[in-house]
Amino acid sequence: MSAAQVKDADADERILHASPLRKLLGRPELGSVVGAIAVFVFFAFFADSFLRASSLSTVLYAASTIGIMAVPVALLMIGGEFDLSAGVLVTSSALVSSMFSYQMTANVWVGVGVSLLVTLAIGAFNGFMLTRTKLPSFIITLGTFLMLTGMNLGFTKLIDGTVSTKTIADMEGFDSAREVFASTITVGGVGFKVTILWWLALVAVASWILLRTRAGNWIFAVGGNKDAARAVGVPVTKTKIGLYMGVGLGAWISGQHLLFSYDVVQSGEGVGNELIYIIAAVIGGCLITGGYGSAVGSAVGALIFGMTSKGIVFAEWNPDWFKFFLGAMLLLATLLNAWVRKRAEATK
Amino acid sequence: MTQTESRPALVELSGVSKNYGNVRALEGVSLDVHAGEITCVLGDNGAGKSTLIKIIAGLHQHDGGTLSLDGEETRLSSPREALDRGIATVYQDLAVVPLMPVWRNFFLGSEPRKGVAPFKRMDVDHMRRTTHAELLRMGIDLRDVDQPIGTLSGGERQCVAIARAVHFGAKVLVLDEPTAALGVKQSGVVLKYVAAARDQGLGVVLITHNPHHAYLVGDRFVLLKRGTMVGNHEREDITLDELTRQMAGGNELDDLRHELERR
Repeated sequence: MSAAQVKDADADERILHASPLRKLLGRPELGSVVGAIAVFVFFAFFADSFLRASSLSTVLYAASTIGIMAVPVALLMIGGEFDLSAGVLVTSSALVSSMFSYQMTANVWVGVGVSLLVTLAIGAFNGFMLTRTKLPSFIITLGTFLMLTGMNLGFTKLIDGTVSTKTIADMEGFDSAREVFASTITVGGVGFKVTILWWLALVAVASWILLRTRAGNWIFAVGGNKDAARAVGVPVTKTKIGLYMGVGLGAWISGQHLLFSYDVVQSGEGVGNELIYIIAAVIGGCLITGGYGSAVGSAVGALIFGMTSKGIVFAEWNPDWFKFFLGAMLLLATLLNAWVRKRAEATK
Repeated sequence: MTQTESRPALVELSGVSKNYGNVRALEGVSLDVHAGEITCVLGDNGAGKSTLIKIIAGLHQHDGGTLSLDGEETRLSSPREALDRGIATVYQDLAVVPLMPVWRNFFLGSEPRKGVAPFKRMDVDHMRRTTHAELLRMGIDLRDVDQPIGTLSGGERQCVAIARAVHFGAKVLVLDEPTAALGVKQSGVVLKYVAAARDQGLGVVLITHNPHHAYLVGDRFVLLKRGTMVGNHEREDITLDELTRQMAGGNELDDLRHELERR
């Protein structure tokens, strides 16, 4: 084939294929961005106070508490797995941190460190069980979910006698830990929670890992076609365990925020949140069967969650409607994503 | 079998057998693969072709006989080890990750990187350029290396996998039924790339149940039947008709013809 022929082929075919619109349609987060704009316009219209700076801060805070977990959960979903224990793991993380510091009368930073080790270990346990037994992650993490739910309550009652932890606000290191995990930064007279920074940082790091590193390539591959990945030498087991430990890391950050913003942790919390993280990831364009999605998408999904949950309050509607909105959003986003992806793939 | 070449074969199987529990999957199979030659393995379903491929690819270990690479007797413990020793296997259906872009697939498992430790990243520009150039070298003009590989046709996907193996310095290319699911034209395209790989000095093992495809490119032919080797021929020793006849079961085919003609 001569160079001239090649060039001709380039000229007539490639223009059609590299059109910016097609590129845009190929992005996993497109559906969620359209959804986010729609939700924003909707509440800007119906809720008078929605466009105030303080409302923005509230919405971002709500989005960040979900978003911090939605990022690692999205990576895990791209890697082809679920984690149903993610919600209660956040509570476990806060409980371990609080109770370890209190019982050992140690500097709270020691508890924070121990908590990190424990959450990472639980993540690794999930990943290890999954890769060893080859059972579906739904079953494995459902097991971990139930065990953690029981342990959260059981240990707390055993150690503290009630369902909540004791206050650690007067302990050494509490103030500095609160600065890191639960402070408020004032910008132009409006207070923004530090979790927003954690969230943005996680999105940035996760995006970089996904799009620019070898590990990212492996994550897409193990979710897209595990056997092909293994056949070309991708360490499938290591990748999956790493992804579960990523969820552990997210749960640690969320858990520490929970602890240092409220001081006292309710041991029964967190149940049900795992589904909200998954919903945020799916709205953000993650394919439920794995191999496709983005960290930015999960952030947009979390933002939609934040806008909807707070927008309903600003519009002074009954908050019961929130779940209805979330469900409708999930269906719409999934349909839109499926349609977009089909369009992007059908045209060669 | 003849051992006329002075250099040892890239891969040499001698009397190899494999059992799965009490099922004898392979028994006394011998073949050799030389650089710049195509060795075809022919057989019907259940003849043991897949088992043979898995032994060469390092997925399974043989129970009897010897496997030699470059004249050195060895035992491959994993696909990774086979890859490291220059044996690249292209499987019929698990060659690629459909939703990933072509360039990510091309380098999957062997991504080139740049930068220092915590910020080590893939050399994306290099990966994109190399993918396009390597495919072009094999004669595939890809419109866009960013398109998901699932959007390529079956033949094109096989070609990408072959180009990939060639790029990563494979010495031996094992192809599992590369033309099985393809139309006539697509099969031709794939066979052209198989020949291109051979011309670049690779030793090729082509597994197929189509004697016509095998005879188009093959230098030697190994026939398997129910796990045993029923023939091992050099190209000059056999005609296409004879190959087809043996492949189709030889005398059994004659019997079948008689049976059908009566109707």
